[in-house]
Amino acid sequence: MTWDELTRPFQFEFFRNGLLVATIAGALCGLIGVYVVLRGMSYIGHGLSHAIFGGFAASGLVGVNLFLGAGVWGLASALMVTTVTRKRAIGSDAAIGVITTASFALGLALIQLYGSPGRNADAALFGNVLGVATDDVWIVLGVAVFAAAVVFLRYRALLYATFDPEVADATGHRTGRIDALLMLVLAASILATMRVMGVTLIAAAVVVPAATARMLTHSFARMLALSTAIGAASGFVGMNLSYHLDVASGPTIVLTGSAFFALAFLATSLPRLTGVSGRGPSGTATLPR
Amino acid sequence: MTAPTDALIEVEAASVAYDHATVLDAVDLRVTDATFTGIVGPSGSGKTTLLRLLLGSVTPRTGTVVRRPGLHIGYVPQVETVNWQFPVTVGECLLMSRTQRLWPWAGRDERREVARLLDRLGLGGLQDRHIRALSGGQQQRVFIARALLNRPQLLLMDEPTSGVDVRTRHDVMHLVADLNAEGLAVVITTHDLNGIATHLPDLVCLNTTVIAAGPPAEVLTPDVLERTYGAPLDVLEHAGMRVVVDNHAAFGKVTPLARRATA
Repeated sequence: MTWDELTRPFQFEFFRNGLLVATIAGALCGLIGVYVVLRGMSYIGHGLSHAIFGGFAASGLVGVNLFLGAGVWGLASALMVTTVTRKRAIGSDAAIGVITTASFALGLALIQLYGSPGRNADAALFGNVLGVATDDVWIVLGVAVFAAAVVFLRYRALLYATFDPEVADATGHRTGRIDALLMLVLAASILATMRVMGVTLIAAAVVVPAATARMLTHSFARMLALSTAIGAASGFVGMNLSYHLDVASGPTIVLTGSAFFALAFLATSLPRLTGVSGRGPSGTATLPR
Repeated sequence: MTAPTDALIEVEAASVAYDHATVLDAVDLRVTDATFTGIVGPSGSGKTTLLRLLLGSVTPRTGTVVRRPGLHIGYVPQVETVNWQFPVTVGECLLMSRTQRLWPWAGRDERREVARLLDRLGLGGLQDRHIRALSGGQQQRVFIARALLNRPQLLLMDEPTSGVDVRTRHDVMHLVADLNAEGLAVVITTHDLNGIATHLPDLVCLNTTVIAAGPPAEVLTPDVLERTYGAPLDVLEHAGMRVVVDNHAAFGKVTPLARRATA
């Protein structure tokens, strides 16, 4: 393939917008995904994107801005998940299953009773990365900057509340507020990126980069950086592959991320298979840094 | 309300209930500067709840808990509750508790402080090591270091030697005794009557309420232990120390299962 062939799609504005938004959305999902995966809430991305669909229907019904209404709905669902998980011993997976599917079902029921709120709901369900306008790029960029700022400025508090929530809580750190802030970032991230990727691909975009990064490092800071980079690379490479292979962009982005996961799995498994990795002086397995 | 005189914390007639089940009932406890107190009692006797009451993360339903103004308390959780798969290095583990600092990374002074603390606890050079890649004693000391980083006057430790071998238990307890000798007040919970409790200057025997409190020579008696644990225990003297053993007469009353089945 020549350079001209490789760069041909860049002459199209729709592709440039799509590439930019897919890269930023990938980085954003990779960043937030670290907290989601380490808190054992991998299905929150999938669940929340469905819950937000319920928010679209309800917002259309009461006549408020669809995205504002859906965002508030998503945040309320996320907060309900964390509250139920903290207050009752049913586990976050069950809480996500109950609350987000109920929210989705309510949306379906409202649409059946009062009609669809419009084409925006369809776009939210299935996503359309090649149909994004410049406004969409700004929205995703704005949410990404907000998420990065929260992670940067509340880095230690978020880490403490994720690693050791009981001790953090017991020693006077307000983990409830930190959890609420994280859920706000998560809901905003999913709302912004589901227009690009669609409900069905959000879960993969949130979980795959973080799971890949986890295999490559045992440092939290490095996992955050790696996951963000892998998410961005999945968006960038996936969009380009999608054009050249003539395959839908959403699945190609997810498959690219999955390929990174497989590579990381092989790379971290091979030393063990070939016996290169020894055992540490204390008898514990040698771990990557 | 402020604590009177030399008390760091004073608990008076405090009761705590979870979902209408009373966990602590009319508990009195006074923690003063540089004391070393062990809380002993059976599982479910309210030991961890009492630590949380001292911390302030649990509010008494009745009674009062009065702390000295500006009191800093360090808390060391049971290592068995730690998620060892979590991607966190020793350095990251220490710094996470300093949430007042906005920047993620440590400044020069903070780096120096962490290095000094790790050296002091025999963890020098392990800052970039994953917490799972440490020995049992080192793992326990990481969490002690995290608690000490905020310069507490009182250290609360929940079962610090639970699930560790004898050597690790010695290492950890000698370290805590050294910290206490330097002026740090310590309160620990433990199940280990002979390995730890008999060596401590003060004990609180707890079973929802305080059964007895004082030096081991005064509180480790068959009567107090039976009221605390609900089972008969014998107390022997060995090299001037109390040793608690199971009551053999009580064992003798148990009918072997095989004999019961044929009866």
